[in-house]
Amino acid sequence: MTAALELNQIVGRHGQLQAIKGMTLRIDKGEVAAIIGANGAGKTTLMRMIAGLHPCAEGSIALFGSDVTAMPAHGRLKAGIALSPEGRRLFGDMTVQENLMIAAENGRRGDWNLASVCDAFSQITPLLARPAGGLSGGQRQAVAIARALIANPDVLLLDEVSLGLSPVAVDGVYQSLETLRGAMTMIVVEQDLTRAMKFASRVICMAEGVLELDGAPKNLTRAQITDAYFGIHKTADTAAGGAAHA
Amino acid sequence: MLEAIVQGVLLGGYYAVLAAGLSLMFGVVRFINLAHGDMAVLGAMIALWFVQGAGLHVAIAIALTLPLMGALGWLMQRMIFERALRGGFLIPILTTIGLGAALQNGMFGLFGSDTKSLGAYIGNLSWASWEIPGGIFIGQLPGYMFLTAILVLGAVHVLLTRTAFGRAVRATATDSEAAALCGVDARRVHRGAAAIAVALAGLAGIFLAMRAQVTPFAGPMLLIFAFEAVVIGGIGSLRGTLIGGIALGLAQSLGAMISPQFSLLAGHCVFLAVLAYRLMSGAAAGRGGWRATITALVFHKSMLRGKS
Repeated sequence: MTAALELNQIVGRHGQLQAIKGMTLRIDKGEVAAIIGANGAGKTTLMRMIAGLHPCAEGSIALFGSDVTAMPAHGRLKAGIALSPEGRRLFGDMTVQENLMIAAENGRRGDWNLASVCDAFSQITPLLARPAGGLSGGQRQAVAIARALIANPDVLLLDEVSLGLSPVAVDGVYQSLETLRGAMTMIVVEQDLTRAMKFASRVICMAEGVLELDGAPKNLTRAQITDAYFGIHKTADTAAGGAAHA
Repeated sequence: MLEAIVQGVLLGGYYAVLAAGLSLMFGVVRFINLAHGDMAVLGAMIALWFVQGAGLHVAIAIALTLPLMGALGWLMQRMIFERALRGGFLIPILTTIGLGAALQNGMFGLFGSDTKSLGAYIGNLSWASWEIPGGIFIGQLPGYMFLTAILVLGAVHVLLTRTAFGRAVRATATDSEAAALCGVDARRVHRGAAAIAVALAGLAGIFLAMRAQVTPFAGPMLLIFAFEAVVIGGIGSLRGTLIGGIALGLAQSLGAMISPQFSLLAGHCVFLAVLAYRLMSGAAAGRGGWRATITALVFHKSMLRGKS
């Protein structure tokens, strides 16, 4: 398989705090990976680093073998990495169509355009003339994903897809995402474990800035995921280590 | 009285053009360019040099000066403001104070301290007027300036709302990080906005040189007028800038009816009244902090909503 994205010992810092601690990861072309982990695990920082919004203090990021570590966010979109960020970050005073047009005008040319994203996210069509600030959570998420998609990326990053959405809205968003399977590489940050296990072909669990668990959902037990999610092994090891030292 | 109102409205067009660049810089690049008035004077001086020094027609001088000023704005953003902005909120302010002083003394060195005017080069436009019903005379120059102001502000509005560059400007002004995720290079957008802002300042300077006289040290006064129009009308809205300019022009024109010395004071009084209203509105106190206070004072409307 061709590697779409390769992270090599990347370190991400927030001031003195090391949020990503030398993480190495390879995502193959066409793969659908879900990143899970408790709050503060470093998931959003990792996504921001891949998208170019957060600097890599150490290590490197490669897209299809090309080093993009020093490339700014707007350049990475043109290189083929698009992020639908946490909180959606739509331009609230602009219409939905304008939100989409900005990414279309500054992104890459390809199969995705206004008509095709409206086909994939049918709920967007009647909203095109409305200001993005007045949309519901589910509608905002659909527009945010469509905005990333219309830039014709090779790698689509989706941060906190279901956060703050009703179950019905989450179902709608994931139904649309299903249509993208196979067409592009997707990395989804998801708090809902069941949803992540069902949607992704690979689950990556992070805790405190490191990769704790990585594998296909069918090969992982619920207990393994829960332990990795809460860093239980690490806590137990630390406690044992502490006891041994004592 | 009616004549004073008409004159005030026409004067407002000039103030609106002067203020639009300042408003654009604060709204998009997020800093107050305290050298804005000096850049307006520089525009006037360059146009004067083209006319007096190179012997060109005024229209050709304007056509050459505006792109030159735009290029200067682009360069200043690229070479000076971008670096200053990395130093936080205060450094750009100090930088533009220094830039203003350098511009004033530079113009003094290059063009001398004599007052200069384009009035002698625009034929009878300086004094010609139209008579409208009611025995009111409207100066042709203020009339053309007002029309030009409407056309220029309208063109900037169309640029911001109907073009890819305009969408990128509005997106960057709203959320530069989200704009970067849409492939927008904020630095290029800022340079473009600075080019437009300085070209607008140059146009306002040329207007001033046509209707009055300029000296190398006139910039700070122009900055005050621009700032007052921006505060009265609200940053970010071109319609607000036009309304602010007209309100300032009206205040000065009506103030002059009371006494010629009261003209400028009346404009300052309107500015202070609007400022006091904003302070009492509690917006600044509610958000807290000196930066929020400044923002609440001059930024009461969301930047570049796409409404003119």
